[in-house]
Amino acid sequence: MTGPLLEIRSVGKRFGGFVALEGIDLDVAQGERLGLIGPNGSGKSTLVNCICGTLSNETGSVRFEGRVLDGLAANQRTHLGLARSFQLPRPFMSLSVADNLRIPLLYAVPKRSLSLLSPEDLDARCLELLRQVGLEAKARQRPRTLSQVEMRKLELARAMAAEPKLLIADEVMAGLSPAEIEDIIGLLLRLNEQGITIILIEHIMRAVMRFSQRLAVLVSGRKIADGKPQEVVNNQTVVSAYLGQ
Amino acid sequence: MRSWSFFAIALSIGALLFALTLWVRNDYLFFAGYVVLQFVVLATAWNILGGYCGYVNFGSAAFFAIGVYSAVAANKLGSNPARFLPDFVASGLAPLLPLPIPVLMLIAGLAAGVVGFGMGYLTLRLRGVFFAIATLAMAVVLQTLIINWDFVGGSRGAYIVRPAKAALGPVAIGYIEYLFAIMLLLAVIALTIARLIERSRLGYGFASIRDDELAAEACGVPTLRLKLIATTISGALMGMAGAPFPFYIGYVEPAAAFGLPYAVNSIAMPMIGGTTSWVGPLLGALVLGSLQQIATVTISSAVNLLIVGVLLVGFVVIAPKGIVGLVEDWRHARAKP
Amino acid sequence: MGIPFELLINAVVAGVLLGGFYAAVTLGISISFGMLDVVNIAHPAFIILGSYIAYLLNLSFGLDPIIAALIMLPAFYVLGQVVYQIYHLSFERRGQDALRGLAFFFGLLFITEVVLILVFGVDYRYVEAPYIGPTWRLGFVDLPLRMLVPCLVSLLLVVVLQLLLTRTFFGRALKAVAQDQLALQLMAADPIRIKRMAFGVSIATACLAGAFLIIIQPVEPSVGRDYIGRVFAICVLGGMGSLPGTVIAAMLLGIVESLTATFYGPSWAPAVAFGFLLLTLAVRPAGILGR
Repeated sequence: MTGPLLEIRSVGKRFGGFVALEGIDLDVAQGERLGLIGPNGSGKSTLVNCICGTLSNETGSVRFEGRVLDGLAANQRTHLGLARSFQLPRPFMSLSVADNLRIPLLYAVPKRSLSLLSPEDLDARCLELLRQVGLEAKARQRPRTLSQVEMRKLELARAMAAEPKLLIADEVMAGLSPAEIEDIIGLLLRLNEQGITIILIEHIMRAVMRFSQRLAVLVSGRKIADGKPQEVVNNQTVVSAYLGQ
Repeated sequence: MRSWSFFAIALSIGALLFALTLWVRNDYLFFAGYVVLQFVVLATAWNILGGYCGYVNFGSAAFFAIGVYSAVAANKLGSNPARFLPDFVASGLAPLLPLPIPVLMLIAGLAAGVVGFGMGYLTLRLRGVFFAIATLAMAVVLQTLIINWDFVGGSRGAYIVRPAKAALGPVAIGYIEYLFAIMLLLAVIALTIARLIERSRLGYGFASIRDDELAAEACGVPTLRLKLIATTISGALMGMAGAPFPFYIGYVEPAAAFGLPYAVNSIAMPMIGGTTSWVGPLLGALVLGSLQQIATVTISSAVNLLIVGVLLVGFVVIAPKGIVGLVEDWRHARAKP
Repeated sequence: MGIPFELLINAVVAGVLLGGFYAAVTLGISISFGMLDVVNIAHPAFIILGSYIAYLLNLSFGLDPIIAALIMLPAFYVLGQVVYQIYHLSFERRGQDALRGLAFFFGLLFITEVVLILVFGVDYRYVEAPYIGPTWRLGFVDLPLRMLVPCLVSLLLVVVLQLLLTRTFFGRALKAVAQDQLALQLMAADPIRIKRMAFGVSIATACLAGAFLIIIQPVEPSVGRDYIGRVFAICVLGGMGSLPGTVIAAMLLGIVESLTATFYGPSWAPAVAFGFLLLTLAVRPAGILGR
């Protein structure tokens, strides 16, 4: 496939008088590992919402595999191969942890593979995914019993369950111990080796630097830097706006 | 348990119930039983949209009334086809007339289902709360339309002549027994459908919408389509429950057909019984319906509405998961060492 | 055209007066639903309650209904606080879905209506006051005093509330709560207390609206139901929490209803409000002076 997997052109979004995003241009190549960083409130999650269809951008356009996404509902974009985790976890509270993963397996995956998995395969796949994030012990429990950290892992697992081509991980590592961070980075790297393009949104710089092939920086709704991690991190504007003096 | 087995078992229980009631030879039981069964259908239907999907419908009375008035209109058309329809259609229809109640129910279900779909299409993009208010609005608009529709009697009401006898296959029975049997069948069908949905892919989709619609969308659930399915099925079942009503009561007028008791009971019964499974509406309807029948006979009908209101508020505040939830919690507590 | 000009003008004027009254009726919802996000579908029930209390005081002591309502204001304020506290403890704190909160208020609506039926029966009740009956005539325009007085007092009420919202700490705290509860907590104000007070104010307005209602028309327990749709229609149309928006929307609805009743007959009037609501929700959920 020629051309970038995801093309974001001049995307803008306002909330009343507040400009959340302005003139965002961003490309993500197939198989790339992109890190997205910036201070709180800089518009990272808003951008994710616009890409995935939870919000609609007022200006600009988003293309996925060359196809314009504007006007498509969020569920349609997921069918095309986009998946995201929510920064503030949004589990399905009345379903068990395992059943939370069943939803994308039932509704996102079948769109691409032609058949529905059998009930046994579904159960197995749910457990498999939970194992990958370290939650299989809690499979039968309700999300209510999970800690914040575990809920973030569930969010990631749920996004993975949709078998995406592009996975957006929105602050999944907040609150994790260094060992757990290593686990998640390992998991994401393995997913990437399988061909999944990943956008990692994080505040934990160590993880971002290790993981990303490319780094983009958002400040106050604008992209102020985009390039190799080492260069971006040494960029004076980035340092003063976000990384600290 | 597979759905066909469930259907068969429920049907047998129903048949047993019917035989028992016949044996007791008390016509009042049939009259009261009909109302309770009707509420089983309404509560179950409401719960498909309200309990499974989380979208509160205040306009249940409207769908019920659509069923009532479809039956009235179709019956009126059928009683004098030559007057309303072109000749060749009228003569073609003649051998089918008068339209038997099951056919009227199908017509009613179709009409109500279509309205459910239409209403859903207009209102389901709204946040849950606005949807609830919009359903109330639709109910009033519909009621105003019916009041101004002379063909079905408008505000003057319409009389339906009830035949004295009917046949259930080869056996001749009284008419009220016939209506009771029909409503029993409809209740079994409604419960089977609810249970089928609950355990299916559709049921999971509904649950995800109820828990977090935004997250459901992100997981690939076509929320609008599923909600439309729920509204259509729910509306159609309520309409079907309304179709035999004119024959049960003999005289229909809009205030009664659109009556608040239908709206309140459709909501109260599932909420008291428990909204997450098919058992809840059944329990709620049986308990609350019987209570109301007893209260109407012993005290007054205003008091029976008071009972509904108090129970609803009580359960919602103290036991939000309903009777089913209470039983589950009790079993959970007993299971722990 | 052939529509008599005088009839048209009178219908519009009647609509404006009606609209003023509708504004009073909706004020409570603008606060509870527009600002606090509490779907108090039982608001009309409190209004009817206010009507009946005004009726009793009018009957027993000959008190002017509006005076009666003013006397009862504190009681309704407290009632509102109690109701909110129950609602908060049962639903908001538990993070329950909106379904249960709605069912709670729906149940309250129902209980109130039935209790009123049991106590007062279904007969229409009305009040006596010197301004019920006479009509001022300005040229060809009729201004029935029983509509004019409530309309004027209602507009006064709106002004008072708007001042309350913009000039007092309570008012500004309320606006803050509507937008960002956390920020308010950081300001060392208790958001729950603010919300509780606001809900109390909302129910207090219902008390006055009830007095207006029984001045304008005879009342019986089920009258409240007609108003459920109206108040939410006006609230949404008026842009949720905006008081000026509420007044404009109320006037609009009053005029359209009045015109419909005059030229198409009163049996179509209930559908007007609801039709309005559906239209607004479909086309512009943010209302006229949207947030």
